[in-house]
Formats: sequence, structure tokens, C-alpha cells
Amino acid sequence: MLRILIAVCLTIVAVPARAEIDIKEITSDGGINAWVVEEPSIPFVSVEIRFRGGAGLDLPDKRGATNLMMGLLEEGSGDMTAQEFQTTRETLAATYRFRAFDDSLSISARFLTENKDEALALLRQALTAPTFEQDAIDRVRAQVLSAIASDAKDPNTIAGATFDAAAFVGHPYATAIDGTADSLNALTQGDMFDAHQNALARDRLYVAVVGDVTAAQVGPMLDALLGDLPAEGAEMPDDVAFGLSGGVTVVDYDTPQSVALFGQSGLKRDDEDFFAAFIINHVLGAGGFQSRLMTEVREKRGLTYGIGTALVPKFHAEMMIGRVASSNQTIAEAIEVIKSEWQRMADEGMTAEELDFAKTYLTGEYPLRFDGNSEIASIIVGMQMTDLPPSYVLNRNDFIEAVTLEDIKRVASELLKPEELHFVVVGKPAGLESTN
Amino acid sequence: MIRFITALAFVLTAFAARAEEVTTYKLDNGMDVVVIEDNRAPVVVHMVWYKVGSADEPEGVSGVAHFLEHLMFKGTDILAPGEFSQTVAANGGSDNAFTSYDYTAYFQRVAADRLELMMQMESNRMNNLVITPEGVATERQVVIEERNQRTENNPGALANEQFRAAQYQNHRYSVPIIGWRHEIDELSTADLQEFYDLYYAPNNAILVVAGDVDPDEVLELARTYYGSIPAEAQLPERVRPEEPPQRAERRITFVDPRVSQPYLLRSYLAPERDPGAQKEAAALVYLAELLGGSSFTSDLGQALQFDAQTAVYTNASYGGSSLDDTTFTFAIVPAEGVTLSDAELAMDRVIAEFMTAEIEPARMDSIRMQLRASEVYALDDVSGLARRYGAALTQGLTVADVQAWPDLLQAVTVEDVKSVAEKVLNRDQAVTGWVVANQEEAR
Repeated sequence: MLRILIAVCLTIVAVPARAEIDIKEITSDGGINAWVVEEPSIPFVSVEIRFRGGAGLDLPDKRGATNLMMGLLEEGSGDMTAQEFQTTRETLAATYRFRAFDDSLSISARFLTENKDEALALLRQALTAPTFEQDAIDRVRAQVLSAIASDAKDPNTIAGATFDAAAFVGHPYATAIDGTADSLNALTQGDMFDAHQNALARDRLYVAVVGDVTAAQVGPMLDALLGDLPAEGAEMPDDVAFGLSGGVTVVDYDTPQSVALFGQSGLKRDDEDFFAAFIINHVLGAGGFQSRLMTEVREKRGLTYGIGTALVPKFHAEMMIGRVASSNQTIAEAIEVIKSEWQRMADEGMTAEELDFAKTYLTGEYPLRFDGNSEIASIIVGMQMTDLPPSYVLNRNDFIEAVTLEDIKRVASELLKPEELHFVVVGKPAGLESTN
Repeated sequence: MIRFITALAFVLTAFAARAEEVTTYKLDNGMDVVVIEDNRAPVVVHMVWYKVGSADEPEGVSGVAHFLEHLMFKGTDILAPGEFSQTVAANGGSDNAFTSYDYTAYFQRVAADRLELMMQMESNRMNNLVITPEGVATERQVVIEERNQRTENNPGALANEQFRAAQYQNHRYSVPIIGWRHEIDELSTADLQEFYDLYYAPNNAILVVAGDVDPDEVLELARTYYGSIPAEAQLPERVRPEEPPQRAERRITFVDPRVSQPYLLRSYLAPERDPGAQKEAAALVYLAELLGGSSFTSDLGQALQFDAQTAVYTNASYGGSSLDDTTFTFAIVPAEGVTLSDAELAMDRVIAEFMTAEIEPARMDSIRMQLRASEVYALDDVSGLARRYGAALTQGLTVADVQAWPDLLQAVTVEDVKSVAEKVLNRDQAVTGWVVANQEEAR
């Protein structure tokens, strides 16, 4: 009886919910563009700010400068020391996060409506008037050095670093944004001011504001917050081709479970086949328990607790990667299963049932993402960075629905290259050795 | 059927435009129902929390609660293995589960109009799970790989395991949630079946539904799907062995070459939030913030990271959500060239100074403000609110306790903090641990 009920329900899920958010596009008097969603029901505001470029703008021999600079924005600005700044921030119960990534800088702020003016003024001070005092540089540098030391003994980070170094030779992507102990120790106060000028500029700025605020308020708010930043920053890095070819790289490390990072070249976010590739990735490895790799490697064989893949369209390179962890004795078998699933998808594509199932999930899941001010702000600032219009929120599911079985078969055969899949394995894997 | 609406017993003074809207019921078979309404997005979170966790396991079968959580996705009398999650996914939703010391919980997040389907399936697996030897055999490998990933490959996690084993000598909080490896290896189908038969029952469960729903409709559905399941008559009273008084400090040194830099931990047994008695726990929240909350403004942060470069990281933390005695914990990562002994001395000096010094009222006000604001921010996360109620109700608290908590936090005084510090920060009931890559670092 219950099975019949479920079957009936499955057939009526054709119309997924739509994300009901009203995005207002504004341009301030000072020329800053932003997307705003008014949500007055809870008395706080989320602000998401992005600058393109990020740690990729590190100057030659200054690796780690942009990341360290971002860590220092909350460590003293205007006439405040680090402790004075934090005491003020805590008293306002505002939160700010300053983070550097390969391709962007991210600033996330959240504050109560009643503290809005003070919280924004304090954030403005951090963004436009950092002091980069030497004692703060030394203190935060010690924290980054500590993180570098941890990373050097973490199997997953070792795998990532090995993979990137081989895939992106000569490009900033080849090295970690933290820098090395040597590069960090050589950085000066002047380097911090340079990194700040290069990276936080208005010609690469994206903003989303969501919460208890009106679109009319946001223009003047952003002119005050960001208007004093330089108009232009440093030149963007060049594109780089994915440089790894098929094979295995073993990094010897004494730990009971091997971790593997694997990947091949991918495709750009604005590629016309992106949505077909997105569905292929979902069915192959990104769809959690429903993915083929999870079914084959975990559910049928018990070789891992988790396996996943992702399309990674960065700004200057594209790849498709995956991660798996398995005991030293079983990782070789896991890798064989992954390769054969990669091959099967490349050769055969997927069944109509798999495609329908993936579409139902992906279109049903999409509107569920918009369930909080902070989530909405993050999503819509990300859309701006990838050149998507506000209407994408409404018609994104149409792009998914438009993908045909023929598209899948063609794109799978073009995209997936089992012979070019490279595995970096960290551990003591039985029966695996580095190729060439 | 008792129905009472807890009509926003508390309103956050000054800035609560609204608080979460909570309705509670109890079904005739003893199952509690909590509904949290939030109509901002057409989404619902459906959770069933069982009042059983790893600390309720019989001796010798550690990991059975968590292993069973895995098997709950393996099929029932009418659902094929994997069909549960597949059906959730086919409806655009996601599902998962988690096991802790005090609870095991299952949840789905879906479009609000799919709630009934979730209830059909979740209620079905409360009583009709099919546990097969083949399913157990494969899943044992998965659980072992999970333990490898979370624990065996992570020296910090291995150190924590030893740490808890030293902290708790009579209570089952000493045993890891995922289980000891040698006992995971030996868990039998019968062990799993017995645990399931005894503990998975409506009178041991709490339904939490949060999102774009109508409480009356939720109740109707809950009656239909969960109300028809019989209560478990054999369900034992939830009494666990308590810790004896600890009369001497315990120390451990954990050595693993994969440790990247030495660090130290200190934990003290501490009272948890108890029903109708949460005042000490509220004061401990302030104590943790004052001693080691912010690395910029806390006592440890100021003394060890600013006044002197003794540490690169300092922290004090307190987790008040626990059925039985919990811990108050410090962590210090010494700066380059500083020994663990010197870092520990510096930490103890800060703690000693805290005991005699005045607490600045401005710092209390700042923490009070941040706690009030966190209640506003919490309203933005309906899944988080659902977890808050589910965890509390499986850890011995009531809805009234959950709703009294923010006000209790606001009411904490300097005297409360001082008195709870005197009680808890007693070295005789502490464990101190050094985590190092080799013996030379243990100095």
C-alpha cells in the first residue's frame, strides 16, 4: 500500500517550486552596482562583497601577500588597534569575514538593523584605512605559518598541493594562497599596502545586500562604504591550460587510509554545453548517494565512506575533479572502479531514467537553496561574478530541462577522458606506484 | 491528546520583531511533536530524533547506535535498499542522519508540499527496518572507512578519543560515538536488531517539523503516520552510570608523528543544562567567552597572544547541551619556541588572575549584546532552530527550557560567573593533555 502511495507521489512532482525572491538591481550615484533583496521580517542585514582577482594578484616572489593582507583587515585600522577594533565590533554584535581565494576576495558582513550605521562605518574603516602595524603583521604571519605547518602533514592538503603544482605550472594556481614559510617571512608592511591597493579596487567589485534594508538606502550606503577605494587595481592573471596528463602520482605518507584527488580538464561556466556537463557530473559523482560512483564504490563494495566529483570552472582554467579516501589495501581497487565508471559514462552516456531522475532532483533542489538572508546574498553575488542576470533565478531550471539525452551522450564523450584522468594518492597504497 | 501552544513565551526585548513560532503536541503513543513555522521560503525540514545515542549502548558493542543509523537507509518491508534517499532526491530534497552521545536523528529537507511523503517513509522505517547479514557486511566496511577518515587518519581526533577516555571513567561518554575499532569489527546482526527493536519507537522519539507549514495540518499528518505505531512497552528508563567524584588531576601525553605542532588541552567536568536548572550553564557560557572566546578581547587571547607572544591560538569552550555531565575545555597552541610547560603555566596564571580580578561590566554587556544578536541571526536559519529543539528535547530539556534559555543568558551576573568559575575550574577534576609529534616536544 505504501509503495503505491509513493509511486503516485513520484508522478506528481513535475512542477518544482520556484524561488520567490525579488532581486532589485541598483547603481549608486558613485557608480557602484549592486543587487538587493528586501526582507524586512528579521531585523538584520547581510552584505556580500567580492573583488575579482584575489590571491591570483600576488606579485612575483610575494606569494601569500594578498591572503595575509586580508587577514590583517580586522587587525587595526583608522585610529584603532586590533583589540580596539574587535572590542567595538563585538559591542555592535556585527560579524565580518575577510577571506582570500584563488580568483577573488570575499567580504561577508552581518549586522542588526539598529546598529547598521555604526557597523557599516566600522567595516568601511577596515576596508579603506587598514594600518598594517608591524606587530599585527607578525602575529597574523605566525598564525599563517602555523596553518602551513598543519597543511604539510594533512593528507588531503598534500594531495591538493601536489595536484595543483603539476596541473598549473607557472601560474598562481600552482601554489597555495597562504604562500610558503620563506615567502611569508620576506613580506613587509609595504607589501601589505601594495596588495591592498592591487586587490580592493572598484573596477572588480560585486555586491549583494539582503535583509532589513530598502533598495533606496543601499546606493548611499555603498558609496559611503566603498566609494573611497581606488578606481582600478592590478591586471588580472593570464589563463592557463590544465597541464596534467593521465596517470598516478603516489606521495608516500604513513597513515592507514589513502586519500586520492583525481581530475582532468573541464569546461567553462559559459560554455553552451555547461548544463549537460553539470548533469553528467551530477549523475557520475556529485549526486551524493544517488551518484554512480557512490553506488559502485561505497554502496556495492564498501570501499569508502565518501566519494564525490565536481566541475570546477575557475576564472583562468577549467577542470573536473573528484576525491575519495580508502584504506591503503583497497585504494587501488577504488581507483579501478572510478576509471571504469568514467569510461562507461564516456562511452554510453546515461539512460533516460537517469536523466529524468537527475532533472527532477536538480530542479526541485534549486529553489530550496534560497532559505535565508545570508544564503541568498551569497548566491546572488556569485551570479554577478559569473555574468548571470537576475532572471537566471527564474529560468535556471529551464536550462536544466532543455538538456536532451543526445546532448548528454555527445558531451559525455567529449568531456570525459578516462585516459587523461590523473590520480594523486597520499598514503601507503598497496599495489600503486607513480607512473612515468 | 494534550495540545498547548507555547505562544512565544519570551520576546527578546528591544529588537525582536518576531521570535520563532513554536507549537507542540504529544501523540497518544507518547511521541512528541514540535512544529516551527517559518513561511519565508516554500521549504520544510522534517526530522525524527530518537532519545538514544552512543552513551546508551550496552557495554562491548560500541558503535551500534551509529552503525544502525547507516542501516536505516538500507530498506524496510516495503522500501528497497536505497529507495528512501532515492525517493527524497526524486522530489528535489536531500536527506541524511547523525548520531551523537545522546541522540540519533534523521532528517529530510524538501519542498513544503512533499511533507506527507517524508512522513510516510520515515514512519515506515521506525518499525519495519530489514537488517540482513549481507547489508551489515558491506556497511561494516563503510563504517570502518568512515572511522579511518574521521579518526585513524587524524591525530587530533585520536588524541580527543584518548582525552575523553581519561575524562570519563564511569560514564559512557568515554567511548567514541563511532565505536572502538575492535568492537565495530565484531558487531553482529543480532546486536543491531536488538538495539533497533528496543529503542526505535514513538515513545522514544520526537518529531520536529520546521518551515512553511500549518501546525494543524502537521498534527493531522503526524497522527496518521506516527500515531498508528504502537509504543514500546519494554523501553527502559534512561538512567546511565554517573561519574564518581574526581579527586585527582589526570594527565596524558599523546604522541603521533603526524602532529604538525604541539598543543595542549585542559578539560574540567562541568554541569550541563538541566530541566528547570540552567543558571549555572548560562554562567558557564559567559565564563568561556571571558576566558577564551575572542582571541582579541578574552583574557587568554590578550595575555598569550597580545601582551606576550606565547601562543598562536587560544580558546575556551563550553558545550552546555548534554544529557549528563559535560566539560569546560581550554586549548592552547604555543608560539614557535615556547614549550608546552611554559604555555600551560601562562594559561594557569591567566585562570588564577581571573579568579581574583574584577570582571569589567562592559565586557559582560558586550557578551550579552552578542548573545541577544545571535538569537536574531538564528531566526534566519530554520534548520538550525529545528536542531536546537530536537537536541534539547533528546537531552532532557523541555520546550519551556529552550525558550527560557535566551532570557537566562541575558540575566547572568558577574557574581554568577565568579561562583561557577570557583566550582568548575578545579584542577582535581581536570584532565590535561599534551599532543606532540615526539617525546622531545613533550616538555
